[in-house]
Amino acid sequence: MTQQFYVSPEQLTRDRADFARKGIARGRSVVVLSCRDGIALVAENPSPSLHKVGEIYDRIAFAAVGKYNEFESLRQAGVRYADVRGYSYDRGDVTARGLASVYAQSLGAVFTADSKPFEVELAVAEVGSHPDSDHLYRLTFDGSIADEQRFIVMGGQADAVVDALSSRWDADHDFGEAVRTAVDALRNDGGGAVGGVSEPRVRLDAGALEVAVLDRDPLTTRGARRAFRRFLPAEVATMLEGTQH
Amino acid sequence: MKLEDATASIGRAASTSFSGYLGANHPELLPSSRSAGGLTPASAPTVAPHATTIVSMTYAGGVLMAGDRRATMGNIIASRHIEKVFPADMYSVLGIAGSAGIALDIMRLFQVELEHYEKIEGDLMSLDGKANRLAAMIRANLPLALQGLAVVPLFAGFDTAQRVGRLFSYDVTGGRYEEQEHHSVGSGAAFARGALKKLWKPNLDEDRAVRVAVESLYDAADDDSATGGPDVVRQLWPVVYTANSAGARRVPERELALAAAQVIDSRSVAGREA
Repeated sequence: MTQQFYVSPEQLTRDRADFARKGIARGRSVVVLSCRDGIALVAENPSPSLHKVGEIYDRIAFAAVGKYNEFESLRQAGVRYADVRGYSYDRGDVTARGLASVYAQSLGAVFTADSKPFEVELAVAEVGSHPDSDHLYRLTFDGSIADEQRFIVMGGQADAVVDALSSRWDADHDFGEAVRTAVDALRNDGGGAVGGVSEPRVRLDAGALEVAVLDRDPLTTRGARRAFRRFLPAEVATMLEGTQH
Repeated sequence: MKLEDATASIGRAASTSFSGYLGANHPELLPSSRSAGGLTPASAPTVAPHATTIVSMTYAGGVLMAGDRRATMGNIIASRHIEKVFPADMYSVLGIAGSAGIALDIMRLFQVELEHYEKIEGDLMSLDGKANRLAAMIRANLPLALQGLAVVPLFAGFDTAQRVGRLFSYDVTGGRYEEQEHHSVGSGAAFARGALKKLWKPNLDEDRAVRVAVESLYDAADDDSATGGPDVVRQLWPVVYTANSAGARRVPERELALAAAQVIDSRSVAGREA
């Protein structure tokens, strides 16, 4: 029988974290930002059907980076959690905080106990009646949970995107302005290095983007209870053209 | 994990049904988990409220469904305000007759079922798919139906693939029947059906269809004590939904008040017995 080598818990945790981080950084960034009209979720995603952002419940959306099969199963589990809760209690009793905490428990348990941690990072967003009451939760592969303000950037070269976004983010933006700001910031992810200085990419086409929003007041604007709305590529293209005017 | 185990999970993942998930993980939450003990069909109507008449019809470009506002318990009026027609999702509506408590639970489960599928799949279920899911829920209620707590729904929706409004009726065993032109269920259904046979015409416009629905419910209430007519004292009108290519819409109260007033006025002016 072969003898297992002793590995210290610190070393084991570090190795697992490095493994997960590498997997997450491999993809492109996703931006979730709060604005006057609601919450915008913008991802660079060439596939029109394998979504990185999705609807969870009336006022709650989900965004993720990393391995598709892993975050898709987490998204479906989130939808089941929310639907069971809303069905057995009341629709108003489904909150982003509750969902984020069950995600944290699940990610944390897999990180310590399973053979491999999830290579994903998640955002759970809940739109409030005004921007101050929006909730943005960031969940990382080890089950850490953070309550963020203003915006969340995950995956790819997130630091470069955060730098570009923090100077231009404005609580008073409408959806068009917020999406354009986010897309401009996303150009900094994966830019080519010119003479040692990283340059943003020239442009991102509507076809390479996935854009969805949570309306702040869907009942009066659309007569619907569900705030989540996905934009078609043509609508995204119209939104982006606003830059030139 | 062996290959057979891994591939077996594909079959399980194919289920995107919310009621299926509840059945496997929280069976106590399903409407059919009720036990009615020694309840018999003879005593059932006096212990639980019973929802009454629903009418539905096609019109030019869509379907319409209307329900009166009465629930009864034996000879007692249990509710004058009950609503028995609901939007099931963006393009379909559901009306319920029969045991009110179970029917409202089934309606709520059905709404979540459709929304759940839409969120998991990222696409709307086909109209036939929706009709079949509802049939499965009614089938699950068969043991209670045999004890006198039957639920008989009427389902109508706009078929986004065929671009027409369609309507479906059910029996207590979960049998699903597509109906043409118009249909009605509940205690006053026979009287409403008689009225619809005379009032319904092909390609009615929406306003006219609303008036036909209100008038057929008026006739049902005239002869069936369990169906409530327009209540001018409390200003209560039938609940009416339409579903067409633009989606499901509740007809506003003022339009219904107007339609009810027209029916009452024309009958008063005629001054006849029936």
